[in-house]
Amino acid sequence: MKTSRRDFIQKTALFTGVFTLGFDWFSADASAMEVVASAGRFNAFLSIDSLGKITLFSPNPEIGQGIKTAFPVVVAEELDVDWSQVQVEQANLDTKLFERQLTGGSGALKHSWERLRKAGATVRKMMMQAAADQWKVDVNSCKTSKGVVLGPSGQKATYGSLAEAASKLPIPTEVSFKDRKDYKIIGTRVKGVDNKNVVTGKPLFGIDIRKPGMVFAQIIRPPFGATLKSFSAEDVKKMPGILDVVSFKNKVAIVGSSTYEILQARASLTCDYGSDGPLESNSTHAKWFDEGMKSDKAQVMRKDGDFAAALAKAVKVVEATYECPFISHSPMEPMNFFADVKKDSALLAGPTQVPQPAQKAVSDLLKIPVDKIQLEISKMGGGFGRRLNNDFVLEAAELSSIIQKPVLVMWTREDDMSGGIYRPAARYHFKAGIDANGEITAFYLRGVGLNAGNSTRQDNFPVGAIENVLIESFDQKSAVTTGPWRAPITNFLGFAEQAFLDEVAEVAGKDPVQMRLQLLAKVISNPVGKITYEPARFEEVIKQVAEKAQWKKKPGVHQGFSVYYSHLSYVAQIAEVKVENGKPKVTKVTAVTDCGEVINLSGAENQVKGAIIDGMGHALYAKLNFQAGVASPQNFNAYRLIRGNEVPVIDAHFVNNGIAPTGLGEPALPPTGGSIANAIYAATKKRHYKQPFS
Amino acid sequence: MAINCTVNKKKVSLDIDPNTPLLWALRDHLSLLGTKYGCGIAQCGACTVWVNGEPTRSCVLPISAVSNAQITTIEGLDPAGKHPVQVAWDELDVPQCGYCQAGQIMTAAGLLKKNPHPSDQEIVDGMSGNICRCGTYHRIQEAVKLASKKIKK
Ligand code: FES
Ligand code: FES
Repeated sequence: MKTSRRDFIQKTALFTGVFTLGFDWFSADASAMEVVASAGRFNAFLSIDSLGKITLFSPNPEIGQGIKTAFPVVVAEELDVDWSQVQVEQANLDTKLFERQLTGGSGALKHSWERLRKAGATVRKMMMQAAADQWKVDVNSCKTSKGVVLGPSGQKATYGSLAEAASKLPIPTEVSFKDRKDYKIIGTRVKGVDNKNVVTGKPLFGIDIRKPGMVFAQIIRPPFGATLKSFSAEDVKKMPGILDVVSFKNKVAIVGSSTYEILQARASLTCDYGSDGPLESNSTHAKWFDEGMKSDKAQVMRKDGDFAAALAKAVKVVEATYECPFISHSPMEPMNFFADVKKDSALLAGPTQVPQPAQKAVSDLLKIPVDKIQLEISKMGGGFGRRLNNDFVLEAAELSSIIQKPVLVMWTREDDMSGGIYRPAARYHFKAGIDANGEITAFYLRGVGLNAGNSTRQDNFPVGAIENVLIESFDQKSAVTTGPWRAPITNFLGFAEQAFLDEVAEVAGKDPVQMRLQLLAKVISNPVGKITYEPARFEEVIKQVAEKAQWKKKPGVHQGFSVYYSHLSYVAQIAEVKVENGKPKVTKVTAVTDCGEVINLSGAENQVKGAIIDGMGHALYAKLNFQAGVASPQNFNAYRLIRGNEVPVIDAHFVNNGIAPTGLGEPALPPTGGSIANAIYAATKKRHYKQPFS
Repeated sequence: MAINCTVNKKKVSLDIDPNTPLLWALRDHLSLLGTKYGCGIAQCGACTVWVNGEPTRSCVLPISAVSNAQITTIEGLDPAGKHPVQVAWDELDVPQCGYCQAGQIMTAAGLLKKNPHPSDQEIVDGMSGNICRCGTYHRIQEAVKLASKKIKK
């Protein structure tokens, strides 16, 4: 295990003048100042001061995925300290210290697993060396436990007492990691490090940012595809509490000293918009889907064998079309950002999943050097992908530069829901050919997305198990802005594909679980072309879920199966539905997840349950409509989110295989629409081809 | 005319537009930032505070309606975080992003004040007015149960 320069702070910074060297990750929190005086910052992830205070730094933005707890758990494990001994702090953006300071793609643990373990194990080794030197014993005769080095003849020294001596040692280049059977923290239930602050209502989020001299603003954005022609500012400017009304990039910003005064002003401001052509409506999108399905310009994403010939020979053909609308991310905390732009420097603060690109984009826009832009990462009231797009950061920065004031730009719920960067809408057309033995010999998918990019995942299962495959994607440009939404693309492709395979199984006369297992057996023995998944891990989650949920062994219970691979993790689900007053009700979802090593069981269960609830709620209810470039509904009265009285029992299990951890913020979502749709079919014989189901 | 009321046991006087919703008075004028904005139209419960002990949606309640009222926000429930609901919330690790939780906790604590030992169905019904976009509903329901047990002791 090699130690790279980048993971470690200059040794000279230890114990002497950490603060004066200007490492500003401390400055965000005044209470951390005392720590600084005597802190030994061993590496990017941890410091141990001479009093034994251990501070672990979590670099990645926290959006509710639990990273601020999971990362330090790994460091603490290899450092071999008690969880109660550590304190966790959110690190600000620091591109010199951290390589991947972002939240998205469920990739954080996969990327950092090795680094985090090394950060802990290296310092543990330095502590042992410092103790061994002091006791004049062989370092290999020393052990550690709960932040204490134990010597061969009963000597004991705490990490705190050794910190200064340890900091002067050379950084070991070779370290070994714990055997997983010795894990004391990893895999246990660790409570969220922010819980105490959350339950006492501390200001943690972007909308809670308050800075001296700060004003508030709201921004009125044009319908999709429209341009601002004029607006009536004069009367509004005279309204109480209103400081300014300015316009930039087809937007109108109302600047004021309080939220309510701005809301009042907004109500009396009118904007006139124009456009080059007709603005988009639902009917436009329906027409585009039809055209995209017929287009000869679709891109071939994958071709195995000869699909057309195989289909012609098939004994049975199954064909179906699935559709999913644009939907909004609707995190509980609407978009917002703080910016204080000066002539040649800027302070930005707030909830972005991608702080480094935010800094860079503001630098490009305002021509301020990157190193003069400071960015403080706040906790986020959910993100679901919305905060991967820094439009709201740029707006705040641009407005601050225009009004030359520190400003917090607040989006109302209506702004947030109508402001774009949605999950793209998509339509899928599937065909499958089945031979006389009930085997799938031909498989076709065309995805038509509206600003979706590639709306397929051409190398994912069942591809690899079928001889003749054709996968095509057609992307239609739309003025409606889109972006990643929790489990991008797969959040609706997973539903469509898993629902379609259920139909195929029925026509082929096969049990849906058995059909998957047979296909995977084929992949293992004789894969067709390139695949991106590990079939054996797929098999395992399927077998486990069938056993745990007693697949087809519960008389009178209607079950639906699905399984999906995304973000390098595998999730199989069985949903159960009962019919109440003639209506199907989802009563239970059993999920088996293989995300490799589970770091924090409590957080992992939260992610799986949360993702299933998310997937279910949006499959059942969510849809945005468009009329002349304007999205509706715009608030929760008509845009229905799932509530506590609607959630099924969720039984979440994890495969215990000790493989390096992979993503968990997203992978449990994609199979959800499918397992539920299939269970509803089992109960009612009615298939859902469109989201939302109701 | 200033509106006088009591917030977290402190007397306050608000000399602002009497139509200002209590939520914004708390956040923008009293710097009590624990109460959250989620929808502004009484749909999500993120802004729940107690007005004279009753869980209330502060986003739609003008301050003119709280003259002389006793208001309790999340900051005033128990600043040390020792209220059984707060303790249960931490013990069962309820929060994901945490944004909705002030409203959830004020709703739960209000529910238990009226009905210290609710049935499972009463918990589900009592908490269903509050949206949690992260989907922490199971743990919310379990935590209300746990808090109820703590109250019994
Ligand atoms: S903000 Fe008041 S109910 Fe949503
Ligand atoms: S914990 Fe995120 S909205 Fe409830």
